[in-house]
Amino acid sequence: MKRLSRSLLAASALALVSAMPVAAKTFVYCSEASPEGFDPAPYTAGTTFDASAHPVYNRLVEFKKGTTEVEPGLAESWEVSEDGLEYTFHLRKGVKWQSNDVFTPTRDFNADDVIFSYDRQGNKDNPWHEYIAGITYEYYTAMEMPSLIKSVEKVDDNTVKFVLTRPEAPFMANIAMPFASIVSKEYADALEKAGTREDFNNKPIGTGPFTFVAYQKDAVIRYAKNADYWGEAPKIDDLVFAITPDAAVRLQKLKAGECQLMPYPAPADLAAIKEDPNLKLDEQAGLNVAYLAYNTTMKPFDDVRVRKALNMAVNKQAIIDAVFQGAGQVAKNPIPPTMWSYNDAVQDDPYDPEAAKKLLEEAGVSDLSMNIWAMPVQRPYMPNARRTAELMQEDFAKIGVKAEIVSYEWGEYLKKSMEPGRDGAVILGWTGDNGDPDNFMGVLLSCASAGEGGANRAFWCNEDFSALLSKAKQVSDPAERTKLYEEAQVIFKDQAPWLTIAHSTQYVPMAKNVEGFVMSPLGDFTFETVDLTE
Amino acid sequence: MIRFILGKLLYLVPTFLGITLIAFGFVRVLPGDPVLLMAGERGLTPERHAELSAQLGFDKPVWMQYLDFLGRLLHGDFGISLVTKKPVLTEFMALFPATVELGFCAIVIATLIGVPVGVIAAIRRGSWFDQVSMTTALVGFSMPIFWWGLLLIILFSGILQWTPVSGRISLMYFFPPVTGFMLIDSLLSGQEGAFRSALSHLILPSVVLATIPLAVIARQTRSAMLEVMGEDYVRTARAKGMAPARVVGVHALRNAMIPVVTTIGLQIGVLMAGAILTETIFSWPGIGKWMIDSISRRDYPVVQSGLLLIAVLVMVVNLIVDLTYGLINPRIRHR
Repeated sequence: MKRLSRSLLAASALALVSAMPVAAKTFVYCSEASPEGFDPAPYTAGTTFDASAHPVYNRLVEFKKGTTEVEPGLAESWEVSEDGLEYTFHLRKGVKWQSNDVFTPTRDFNADDVIFSYDRQGNKDNPWHEYIAGITYEYYTAMEMPSLIKSVEKVDDNTVKFVLTRPEAPFMANIAMPFASIVSKEYADALEKAGTREDFNNKPIGTGPFTFVAYQKDAVIRYAKNADYWGEAPKIDDLVFAITPDAAVRLQKLKAGECQLMPYPAPADLAAIKEDPNLKLDEQAGLNVAYLAYNTTMKPFDDVRVRKALNMAVNKQAIIDAVFQGAGQVAKNPIPPTMWSYNDAVQDDPYDPEAAKKLLEEAGVSDLSMNIWAMPVQRPYMPNARRTAELMQEDFAKIGVKAEIVSYEWGEYLKKSMEPGRDGAVILGWTGDNGDPDNFMGVLLSCASAGEGGANRAFWCNEDFSALLSKAKQVSDPAERTKLYEEAQVIFKDQAPWLTIAHSTQYVPMAKNVEGFVMSPLGDFTFETVDLTE
Repeated sequence: MIRFILGKLLYLVPTFLGITLIAFGFVRVLPGDPVLLMAGERGLTPERHAELSAQLGFDKPVWMQYLDFLGRLLHGDFGISLVTKKPVLTEFMALFPATVELGFCAIVIATLIGVPVGVIAAIRRGSWFDQVSMTTALVGFSMPIFWWGLLLIILFSGILQWTPVSGRISLMYFFPPVTGFMLIDSLLSGQEGAFRSALSHLILPSVVLATIPLAVIARQTRSAMLEVMGEDYVRTARAKGMAPARVVGVHALRNAMIPVVTTIGLQIGVLMAGAILTETIFSWPGIGKWMIDSISRRDYPVVQSGLLLIAVLVMVVNLIVDLTYGLINPRIRHR
């Protein structure tokens, strides 16, 4: 009797369990800001890409998870012609487009979609070029696609050929970037017919791991697992972005279990997060650099000895400790150590105020007074520019240099710091777009970028350095490119156009039961590999 | 009464014009170039800068831009956001119910607590209640909202876990907005527990937003009551042997309410300012936070039209307050 009742109990318990539906796994990400829209091409913010390009779309080639290496995406394989001008991509077959309440695809992804995705950005006559008034393609322009891409041709339904105007080694890394996401031509045609073109930006249709469900402005974005995804299926069923702008509140939400993962914790909270038994903290060196750029065209900063002397005067470790609260490392090269071609053999200018003083005397400079520009905003590479400038000011005073700190509103700062006759030295930084060294050195230090509209705020134009960069851009052999960039870093350190300050560390706090999250060196937040245990 | 309303409405026209000018001028006086801000650290070539400026209409003289702005307003066109590329009006309509819901709850809390506290403090003038409540009001009035909000979150959501941290409703509830007011929509959705969840999400932000108005209302009620209590008609009523509750409740309170209602009306503007911070802390998707984001991005169309729409909202609310003023005080109605 006893046995019977026990088995009855077991049977009824079993029935109870099987009657309960399998709970859908919902993963909530406390994102830091609202996306600008859901078409990745017209926008530039990382937040927007986290909400559009990464969950919903794919590119011809993708960055391998956790790296800046390029791997096959919607293109299974590709060939590059001998002269480096023709790239032929063989497209993946059987890739399904997502559907929504206004669109059901009738065909799989093919060459027409690839051509449409690029043509709408590059061709002003394409009816979708300005499908919303005022729309522009800033990344496409910034990565020099208009002058680089001569044509995109359809060879057959599953083969596309890109013809370039010049050999360009970073091209593959460029087209793995969010702006180069492949969109559906059929969807565009359907919306055109329905007269609701703006839905292209509101209700995205892609080939990615998650399908878009709904967006409630400034509050919540919802996605569902894409059951037809061509790659490895996501492990969670629902992905939710709970938009939470304040870092302290994000942490409270994480602690309360209202979300499972958050970006950008406040540096002051890191210690408490590490101690919390319910949380864990991933960290990774960020793909960024913070620097102080001298105006190398103005006296006395045109003298390399003066620049070197100032570099030697600054105690960078003190800045890491006080401003970054340890969440960073001293920089010696213009590119971060996680980037390929980083030259670790380069010797940093030592912190040596005495030697600095002597070097200044040697250069015949006394009673130097200068401005240090400190930007008014916090950036991923620089938590507090003002505080950094203050520390530098003290260090400079020790070698008899009087420094004043100046600041402007952020937009003004960017503009004024690039004006040719600018005084003193500017604190600024850079976060990599695609992991290519040219995306740092070419953009920030080449002769071409020293002019108007560039970003070379040292106005530094070294022919040898620039020649190395140009050459590295044209050869496709990675080993050879590495060598060229390593050489370039030696010239950079020797000529000291910048005081290289720091590479900041990125932290991602998450709940203990989160598995499989992979931090991206590019700062992307992607969730197709994420799982929740228990 | 109709003449009274018409007169009030007529007043709105010059106010409205003034606001368009201020809203338009305000963002342009601020330093910073929206086109450059879009490019960030990367920078723009002068050609590209000129091209983008022209596309956005920033190459025209400022007065022409203003006239364009006014002209489009007359056609009901509030412009398109530089950042999201969506019509400003669409964004406003999606966001303003959240702010109204929060502001309404805050003003209700402030009034329901502030008025009785003020009345009791006045009647028991000099008592411990008077002293404690008025000191608390002074502290409340000088409370830094951001700090206060965070403190409440850490205490009630973090340590005690009585309330949710932020947002408008638990993420498990998912229904399309009908009115945009979460309390109403959660009822309409018919989902079990949705209303409760929406209500629990409202508590902390409403309390935070209500803090300053509550302090002001309590203090104003107290001083108005004290003034009225000294009037001849109150003394007469007392001398007649009228019940003290009736003296306070009917004769004194009704007259004391006149300046209090004005104060409540004026708090609507204060609420908007408080909403900016409150919405940012509580991740509340309203127009306060929207404005702040747009100002920092120099999103000219959103700032100028957004300010205008907010001003209209405040004017409408103030108009309603003015009308209730007329109800309370017949002298105004009949003048």
